[in-house]
Amino acid sequence: MAEYKRKIGETLLRVEGISLSFGGVRALNDISFEIKEHEILAIIGPNGAGKSSMLNVINGFYHPQEGTIAFKGTERKRMRPHDAASQGIARTFQNIALFKGMSTLDNIMTGRMLKMKRNFLWHALYWGPALREEIQNREFCEKIIDFLEIQAIRKTPVGRLPYGLQKRVELGRALAAEPDLLLLDEPMAGMNVEEKEDMCRFVLDVNDEFGTTIALIEHDMGVVMDISDRVVVLDYGRKIADGTPDAVRANNEVIDAYLGVSHD
Amino acid sequence: MPSPGGDTFPKLLLDMAKRRGDAVAIREKEYGIWQSWTWGEVAQEIRALACGLAVLGLKRGDKIAIIGDNRPRLYWTMTAAQVLGAVPVPLYQDSAAKELTFVAEHAELRFVMAEDQEQVDKMLSIRETYPKLEQIVYDDPRGLRHYTQDFVHAFDKVQKLGRDHDSAHPGFYDQAVAQGKGGDPAIILYTSGTTGQPKGVVLSFDNLVKTAANGIAFDGLNQDDEVLAYLPMAWVGDHLFSYGQSYVAGFCVSCPESSDTVLLDLRELGPTYFFAPPRIFENILTTVTIRMEDAGWVKRSMFKYFMAVAKRCGTQILDGKPVPLGDRLLYGLGNVLIYGPLRNTLGFSRIRLAYTAGEAIGPDIFDFYRSIGVNLKQLYGSTEASVYITMQPDGEIMPDTVGRPAPGVEIKVAEDGEVMFRGPGVFVEYYKNPEATAAAKTVDGWVHTGDAGFMDDNGHLKIIDRAKDVGRLNDGGMFAPKYIENKLKFFADIKEAVAYGHERDYCAAFINIDLEAVGSWAERNNVAYASYQELAANPDVLTTIKSHVEAVNRDLSQDPRLSSSQIKRFLVLHKELDPDDGELTRTRKVRRAFVADKYDTLVEALYAGGDRVYIETEMTFEDGRKGVLKANLQVIEAETFAPGGALKMAS
Repeated sequence: MAEYKRKIGETLLRVEGISLSFGGVRALNDISFEIKEHEILAIIGPNGAGKSSMLNVINGFYHPQEGTIAFKGTERKRMRPHDAASQGIARTFQNIALFKGMSTLDNIMTGRMLKMKRNFLWHALYWGPALREEIQNREFCEKIIDFLEIQAIRKTPVGRLPYGLQKRVELGRALAAEPDLLLLDEPMAGMNVEEKEDMCRFVLDVNDEFGTTIALIEHDMGVVMDISDRVVVLDYGRKIADGTPDAVRANNEVIDAYLGVSHD
Repeated sequence: MPSPGGDTFPKLLLDMAKRRGDAVAIREKEYGIWQSWTWGEVAQEIRALACGLAVLGLKRGDKIAIIGDNRPRLYWTMTAAQVLGAVPVPLYQDSAAKELTFVAEHAELRFVMAEDQEQVDKMLSIRETYPKLEQIVYDDPRGLRHYTQDFVHAFDKVQKLGRDHDSAHPGFYDQAVAQGKGGDPAIILYTSGTTGQPKGVVLSFDNLVKTAANGIAFDGLNQDDEVLAYLPMAWVGDHLFSYGQSYVAGFCVSCPESSDTVLLDLRELGPTYFFAPPRIFENILTTVTIRMEDAGWVKRSMFKYFMAVAKRCGTQILDGKPVPLGDRLLYGLGNVLIYGPLRNTLGFSRIRLAYTAGEAIGPDIFDFYRSIGVNLKQLYGSTEASVYITMQPDGEIMPDTVGRPAPGVEIKVAEDGEVMFRGPGVFVEYYKNPEATAAAKTVDGWVHTGDAGFMDDNGHLKIIDRAKDVGRLNDGGMFAPKYIENKLKFFADIKEAVAYGHERDYCAAFINIDLEAVGSWAERNNVAYASYQELAANPDVLTTIKSHVEAVNRDLSQDPRLSSSQIKRFLVLHKELDPDDGELTRTRKVRRAFVADKYDTLVEALYAGGDRVYIETEMTFEDGRKGVLKANLQVIEAETFAPGGALKMAS
């Protein structure tokens, strides 16, 4: 079979010295790492290690008390979700956050909102440039639908779909924004083996076809070791390891964290 | 119907392009929109492809495999290969690489047209043990960008090679087309074969073109018909309906968006000519029934009322038989309120002709479609016949026969009850297998079907079983297990049945309940159960099954040939027959000998006197663990009927 190595590029995002507290709780403690272009980075760690907080910081939802984030070379103290989205960061959520009453297609179309230039009055008229814009965006969404093999549920309200498919639709919506960096918060949680395999394939295909950089949080170690280029391990808000899957697997501190050796 | 414009598909294509160049020939739904190609465009595409394949080295007599879902480009590959005198070998797209290796070696494949990465990977793994596979062309480039092998080609690239070649050698294509003759092999279809290795059935252009034309004439098909091509391309039915007949009649073939969207696409498209195996008609009906159960009471009661009307007179109206005026008016009203909308929902609003074949269809299912105005008919056919052996003419439709001999086909029933046929579609040979050819086809062209059956009093063929499975009861009566099992399985409550009777005094059966149907009954009637085993032993369930068995017996008693094989004793099995335990094949056919052997205590109990039997069975759970299931089963006596007597009692 054709084996090839993805070309991993320059640093796309760098977080440096990030610390985040909620009142007296220190969720993240002086965390630094970087994500390189085209790579798949997994963030792992036991429950409460601060993985989702980390994604929320990158995506601008939480504002860290200390530290900086540099995305595509622009350094900033705090990122706002809207800025993050318009600069090319898209994400999915641990608990699916789709519009349940809307169809798959409409949900994915909402991912194109930032690409729509005409204001809402034009779209209400549904004529001329607005119509052209709608058609272009629909075409893009159809390519995503084809890519994710969800043609059969194009017009189904997502609330009626099984969990695994809803996750796929959510991925579709994130892809619709044509992100440079895709953040996936537990994309495979609660899935059966077959659904996980499908999802893995889609994550790899997204990375391959669109060259999208992916940062994902995942609990299934098999999945993590299989698909990621690099793994960052968090424990109690600290970074305890950062390296290739093999290096991380052999790291004593990681083994301790996972097997629950007492921390004095 | 004018005679076909050529004796090979490439010639027919040129003729179509000339006469109906602007008419739509084929459609495919992609990116949510139906994309279409006219006959003129298709002719151009195929021309470029054929020349491209020639550049890659495809020659007269070579074999090219075609593997994937129904896609226009895969159909075009068939014609392109035939232009060059090469023979297409369509393969089942879900076969594993290991199964295909035999075919690849046997057919001496040199080329492959693969739909996508999955199929390309499969072919690459075959190539490891079969290096003679020289060139692989693919349709969908997704995921294939990084394949650097010089023998893997994109479809567009091959067409581009072809266009260059065509402009350099302008006479090449037309000359290649002209070289083809009606007697040449057109296609090799490998039959899956329940025993032994698959056999490659060679069909000539004459076989296919003549058979296609006969079918078109028989049912009055024309260029305005529409079909949905969704059945495997490796199956003779799809080859005739979606390829052969389209080229002869000039109608449009549509390819669904994906295998999951077939029912949606069917509804959007509303084909006029439709083929489906009984299973699909059954599934559609189940969906309708379930959705009606969930509907509000107004809709539900309207549905019930008008379905009763349809049951009373729908099939007669479709057959043009006299019906009382009141019923006719009610049916008209029902057509506006229920049948029309229902047909529309199912995608049958424009349907003129629907066929089913392959297995026996339940009379209730068959009559349901006919009563709502879908002209569903049965045919009997085989790959060796290029499909048609018998067909049901309009107005002579029976649920339990398969119709009269197809145009040009002769039928005879051999001494031992086996059905034989002869006609224009009779296959050339099994590829590289003269022994099998000689065994299946006599010198004067009669072909053994392997099915047992007889002609009924109206001249319609009735198929009862595989000839080798038909046995004799001790009293000399004919015993056709599958016929009996099918009759049992027509009841929604019965999932599987195994009948015994060969060299026995009477007929007896194992029955598997259908967990879904019986479970839903239990839910509605507040019957609690913890397992399949418990539900299967419920006394009310057993009573229901008994009534089904007796209904079958009553039915059998009316046929003098079969009345002696009424079921005297039966039992309801405590576990579902399962392929994981080796009791069914992967295609869910009962492995009769295996089951008889595994459950020999139960078989003996059926023929001994007692009414209880204890058994321990090993079974495999879904996660692969094995366990032992203990059960104390009840053997039940069913009522049997005097031959023909029940009919008198009933009337």
